[in-house]
Amino acid sequence: MKKMTKIDIITRSGKLEELKEALADIGVTGMTVSQIFGCGLQKGHTEVYRGKEYNINLLPGIKIEIVVCEVPVSTVVETVKKICRTGKVGDGKIFIYPIENAVRIRTGEEGDIAIIDPQDFSKN
Amino acid sequence: MKKRLTIIMSYVMVLMFSASTVFAEAAEAVDPAKIDTGDTAFVLMSAALVLLMTPGLALFYGGMTRSKNVLNTIMQSFFIIGLVSIQWVLYGYSLSFGPDIQHLIGSFAWWGLHDVGQLPNADYAATIPHLAFMIFQAMFAVITPALITGSFAERMKFPAFAVFVLLWATFVYDPIAHWVWGVDGWMHNLGILDFAGGTVVHISSGISGLVIALMIGKRKGYGSEIMLPHNLPMTVIGASLLWFGWFGFNAGSALSANGLAANAFVVTHIAAAAATVSWVLVEWLYHGKPTILGAASGCVAGLVAITPACGYVSTLPAIAIGLAGGIICFFAVSMLKAKIGYDDALDAFGVHGIGGTWGAIATGLFASKAVNPAGDDGLFFGNPDLIVTQLIGVVTTMVFAAVMTFVLIKLIGVFMQVRSDESDEEIGLDIAEHGERGYSYQDVAAGSLSFATMLQPTEQLATPQWESETAQPRL
Repeated sequence: MKKMTKIDIITRSGKLEELKEALADIGVTGMTVSQIFGCGLQKGHTEVYRGKEYNINLLPGIKIEIVVCEVPVSTVVETVKKICRTGKVGDGKIFIYPIENAVRIRTGEEGDIAIIDPQDFSKN
Repeated sequence: MKKRLTIIMSYVMVLMFSASTVFAEAAEAVDPAKIDTGDTAFVLMSAALVLLMTPGLALFYGGMTRSKNVLNTIMQSFFIIGLVSIQWVLYGYSLSFGPDIQHLIGSFAWWGLHDVGQLPNADYAATIPHLAFMIFQAMFAVITPALITGSFAERMKFPAFAVFVLLWATFVYDPIAHWVWGVDGWMHNLGILDFAGGTVVHISSGISGLVIALMIGKRKGYGSEIMLPHNLPMTVIGASLLWFGWFGFNAGSALSANGLAANAFVVTHIAAAAATVSWVLVEWLYHGKPTILGAASGCVAGLVAITPACGYVSTLPAIAIGLAGGIICFFAVSMLKAKIGYDDALDAFGVHGIGGTWGAIATGLFASKAVNPAGDDGLFFGNPDLIVTQLIGVVTTMVFAAVMTFVLIKLIGVFMQVRSDESDEEIGLDIAEHGERGYSYQDVAAGSLSFATMLQPTEQLATPQWESETAQPRL
């Protein structure tokens, strides 16, 4: 069984469409996207309500979770860096984890065949 | 057991109210010469406008709370409409405007609107049916306790709240209304000018709100947690309904479709406009940005300030009253509250209490007999006495309302819990008190993820025009 890797991409919401296209181009089509709030080096911004100032430290962003085995992890990382980098604070982070197992619920398949596209699999 | 109890209670209530038909009066002969159709139409429509202010207030407040408490906030105002309307016709109107006892309160002579019919009451409004005057006043009695809810928002138990409103309406609003507007009420006799309710409505509710805020304590997390308005568009809708309805509140208080009503209408609008501008400008100067919450708050502050004055001042003073009202209330809300540290959650005291006080004083400054011969002249028109009279009214109202509110809350606290449990405050009063959510869409737990159906293999989500052909989501 091939090694499976989970990649978390935390970045700005505005990059989502570009990223989806670019990932599809390298063969990654399945993903889970969540709306998140977070902060790193950013200072946040100030909001004012009835004369009271609030420092909002947590800023909205997105988290894209993908699991790959056929597509090389370095290719994914390079693609994400190319799309998401603006040079300004707030570009985000990529986290990479090993995956112990994966299951396709519909068929009950386990292991690397659970995440490989059946069409691609038959080509191998 | 609960079902049976509900059925029995329903039968009892139906019986009680059908029994009241025993007291129905014979049809009165209405003298068409006395009733003015224009006045009557105007007052009835004004009553409807004032009613609209209470749901408007509910939305104004609702948008400023956190989303987990929006329904509780709205429910408090909305339920008051039901509760106080019934109290009003049963005995509230009688206590407020009925035959005078010792200049302090009305009698129960008009309980159940006995003797309040289609003929005019010459003491209050000689050209409209008495019922029209009564129902117009009812809407004032309704909105006043609703204003207080802003102070204890997000942390009061509903049963205690309901009991409090009923008692406050009876023991605070009705007496004060009698003093200021009732025939032979002592403030009325003293010459205190309050055209549409700056004292009766705003000062009383504002100070009561402050007392409750101090007694009930701050919201959990106040000062450390960030608590932002969750729906400012809703607040703006509320403020708009308030502005609109206020024309009924102020102009309608002329009780006649005449020049004085037109004057009240104009100065109301101008004061609101001036206060909107001044609050926005001051906030802009202090915090660098003009905010919609500031604009909405400013407009309400201006409306509050002009309320006692609208039947006695002309347009240019109205601009001054509005400008000052916006600035004064801004500082009350942003600095006074922060300095003293009380949690008047939605600024009932800061806007209504302080705004109403400024309005009462402004009346003492700018009132002119040229605008309303039945009024008086203020300081700037050669009469320094009026401002003293106005201050007597302000101070007495504040002391009375504050003491009574304190007593009522203490009394209620003996019999039931007033402040919400910490855990309820945490979950949110919508769920804890009402078992409802304000916003169920996009909520997994509420089963309303209707837009995210499980796709069949052949189905695909509609893709936006700009997406490439290859980027199709697949499960």
